[in-house]
Amino acid sequence: MRYIGNTRDNQREMLGVIGAGSLEDLLVRIPAKVRLARPLALPPAMAETDLVRHLRALAATNTDADHAVCFLGGGVYDHYTPVTIDHLISRGEFFTAYTPYQPEASQGTLRTIYEYQTMIAELTGMDVANASIYDGGSSLAEAALMAASVTGRAEIVLAAGVSPLHRRVVATYCEGPAVRLRDAAARDGVLDLDAARAAVGAKTAALVVQSPNFYGCLEDLAAAAEIAHAAGALLVVAADPVNLGVLQAPGRLGADIVVGEGQGLGVPLSYGGPNLGVFAAKQEFVRRMPGRLAGATVDLDGQRGFVLTLQTREQHIRREKATSNICTNVALCALMATIYLSLLGKQGLVRVGELASAKAHYAAERLGAVPGVSLAFGAPFFKEFTLRLPKAPERIVARLAKQKILAGVPLKAFDRRLADGLLVAVTEKRTKDEIDAYAEALARAVA
Amino acid sequence: MAMPRYDKLVFEIGAPGRVGYSLPASDVPVEDPRAGIPDSYLRREAPALPEVSEFDVVRHYSRLSQLNYGVDTHFYPLGSCTMKYNPKLNETMARLPGFARLHPLTPPASAQGALGLMHDLAQMLGEIAGMDAVSLQPAAGAQGELAGVLMIRAFHRANGEKRTKVLVPDSAHGTNPASTALAGYQVVQLKSLANGDVDLADLEAHLAPDVAAFMITQPNTLGLFEQRILEITDLCHARGVQVYMDGANLNAILGITRPGDLGFDVCHFNLHKTFTTPHGGGGPGAGPVGVKSHLEPFLPAPVVVRRGEAYALDWKRPKSIGKLQAFWGNFGMLVRAYTYIRTMGPDGLREVSENAVLNANYIMARLAKDYDVAAPGPCMHECVLSARKQKKLGVTAMDIAKRLLDLGFYAPSTYFPLIVEEALMIEPTETESKETLDAFCDAMIQIAREAEQSPAVIHEAPVTTSVRRLDQTRAAREPDLRWAPRR
Repeated sequence: MRYIGNTRDNQREMLGVIGAGSLEDLLVRIPAKVRLARPLALPPAMAETDLVRHLRALAATNTDADHAVCFLGGGVYDHYTPVTIDHLISRGEFFTAYTPYQPEASQGTLRTIYEYQTMIAELTGMDVANASIYDGGSSLAEAALMAASVTGRAEIVLAAGVSPLHRRVVATYCEGPAVRLRDAAARDGVLDLDAARAAVGAKTAALVVQSPNFYGCLEDLAAAAEIAHAAGALLVVAADPVNLGVLQAPGRLGADIVVGEGQGLGVPLSYGGPNLGVFAAKQEFVRRMPGRLAGATVDLDGQRGFVLTLQTREQHIRREKATSNICTNVALCALMATIYLSLLGKQGLVRVGELASAKAHYAAERLGAVPGVSLAFGAPFFKEFTLRLPKAPERIVARLAKQKILAGVPLKAFDRRLADGLLVAVTEKRTKDEIDAYAEALARAVA
Repeated sequence: MAMPRYDKLVFEIGAPGRVGYSLPASDVPVEDPRAGIPDSYLRREAPALPEVSEFDVVRHYSRLSQLNYGVDTHFYPLGSCTMKYNPKLNETMARLPGFARLHPLTPPASAQGALGLMHDLAQMLGEIAGMDAVSLQPAAGAQGELAGVLMIRAFHRANGEKRTKVLVPDSAHGTNPASTALAGYQVVQLKSLANGDVDLADLEAHLAPDVAAFMITQPNTLGLFEQRILEITDLCHARGVQVYMDGANLNAILGITRPGDLGFDVCHFNLHKTFTTPHGGGGPGAGPVGVKSHLEPFLPAPVVVRRGEAYALDWKRPKSIGKLQAFWGNFGMLVRAYTYIRTMGPDGLREVSENAVLNANYIMARLAKDYDVAAPGPCMHECVLSARKQKKLGVTAMDIAKRLLDLGFYAPSTYFPLIVEEALMIEPTETESKETLDAFCDAMIQIAREAEQSPAVIHEAPVTTSVRRLDQTRAAREPDLRWAPRR
């Protein structure tokens, strides 16, 4: 077996040193009664060539974004991923290290986390960012719990445009601490400010708004901040950091905590995971934040160095009183994002946003002009929008998939009132020809 | 060999106007991409991100990587973390476009290969653990724990029982009490015996009617198999208490015994430990959770199911505890774990555990003269030593860890489990050869000698790394968590 170093001779020699007669002698503490008396019922071992053939065949049955034109979004997107990222993260010193428990032998990881925190704080307009949470959904859940803990209040008001996938995660996390969720309705695709004003009150820990929201519409964050703060509640904003080269940093609009799904920052689609949970907050909340934080300090010689810090918030020290149960996060995905943001840089991220927005607006015009098809909402949008179709979106999507177009996400499963809704995302990677071909295929499909 | 020194951050290299990307010109007839978006929603100036060339980036991150020890380059005996070799084949398979480039909201009919892989992996993990059903959704071990405890909570509630406490031994990983508290339970800490075993009489005394679950690690965190496990699980079940197994130490028992056969109701798997997915400098991991059939209705939704010849995501799970992350699980990690299990087969997996146990016992035997062994063996896949002898000479577990860095090894876990004074928790894994184990043991013995004869060299350590010991107190007192230009 190529992943095991010991030969039979090695084993004999080692057993001799141990003073054991056989491998079996080492297992004496396991009672015979609980031993597995048969081999595991698993398929037999496969040679590398056979296994590669098997997995290639399995992978080939999936309609992926290399073999079809992808207009799918809903939280994760087919953004440009410079090939350089994978080369760099694959270096074994990054890839096969673990949590930097020994900082002197982990400065590579610690420095990249510190760079990541700096970039995320800059994009979100927050004072501090942590080293990452699992994904956008669990980041939002952690933000809800943190808001409850900071304010001493036990109710979270969620704008209707918050991703329903993320909302379900928030609900799971809020079950144990008995934090209640309330919804604030939407009007024409965006938060109804009157409804928000009515829902947010003295018991509200936070108002949660996502912008652009799940349906693609841009929310008025400044107005939401005013409503939350007037009631003594926090404003939690869920934002896609890829958009923040063009869109205003939520921190500048009054957000107290900013979270988001950072997959677009160079993380592979990978059927939805692993993703990158972005988490940033104002300085005053830093000691209530979940997850790891890297900080700068000095070594014995006064030279700059980095460590994991403020660890008394964390489970391995504080146990049941920790701010979160999170231990392993998604450091490698944060590294992808750090390299992505370095490569794209000051100009590139703005360019990505401009291209995506231009192409999305062109696509909305083309698709919205297909007879029987219309844009669902009048609110401004960025790279994603909702269409209403004259035929069942599920059937249209299935039909277009056969033509190698991944047309969008049917919304019926997420919102019954949008049974005819199709969510369409357009990134900087889509071309005019691809959009035109989609419009033509859609016209034929709905005719 | 001394590490290279390099003290730049990406913000400190490059030049204004330099770029590292390649983006096409716009090919759509939209003149102003900001038209239609209110001014107040727009960023006024470009974010302060680096301005560097592609090669600047490659050189910078390559040099940063050299400031790390990883499993590929160094023996990494970090106890409880199972830092084994991460096969390269896994990486190539996870990068197949059909997996890496698959969007999670692709219609299930167009994602059959991915769903099929998930379905089969769940079945295989169920067989390995002797569990009836497995959810692949949790993103890491701690999230698996949260899912498991929430399922237990939902189970009791469905039975009309109000139980408010969970018992957790003092030797447990910190995530156990933290996850339990997050699930809304009061944590009651039980005192373990000196060898990490459960004190049965004490457990029995604590099994009150308001106890929902008992959560333990098997083998325990001292690396010993809990011998009276059947008595423990029977005793709990007799009182209506569910038993949760922290699966961090599953690498010790593959094909030898199974959590389900030991009486556990729930256990999680750390795919980044036992099943060779990379640790990535701190994740992503994957923490699937397995349950016995009575807990199956409460699994996180959706569940991957097989309907005839087709695979589907089943959302109609009215008793489900809900979702843990937006999508279906850390799929990229699932592909790697699947590749590994298919590579090893049933006999290979058993050899994994046998050799992991052999290697740990070999280290314990070689070091028993120079260090105190925390609990007499034989141990399972890891051994816990105490540096209490060395501490009397002024050399702590942390000092020993730092000295190991100079001698070319990453350090064992230190000061865990909490019940062992000056703990050094060593997990060699099966993928290390005898030569590496011998070199490590020689280094440990050398340090024991140094502690007696020349402790200064230990207190000075590390001197070969890119930085020397770091001021943790200053980092915490004056948090500096983001870069700013030096004034």
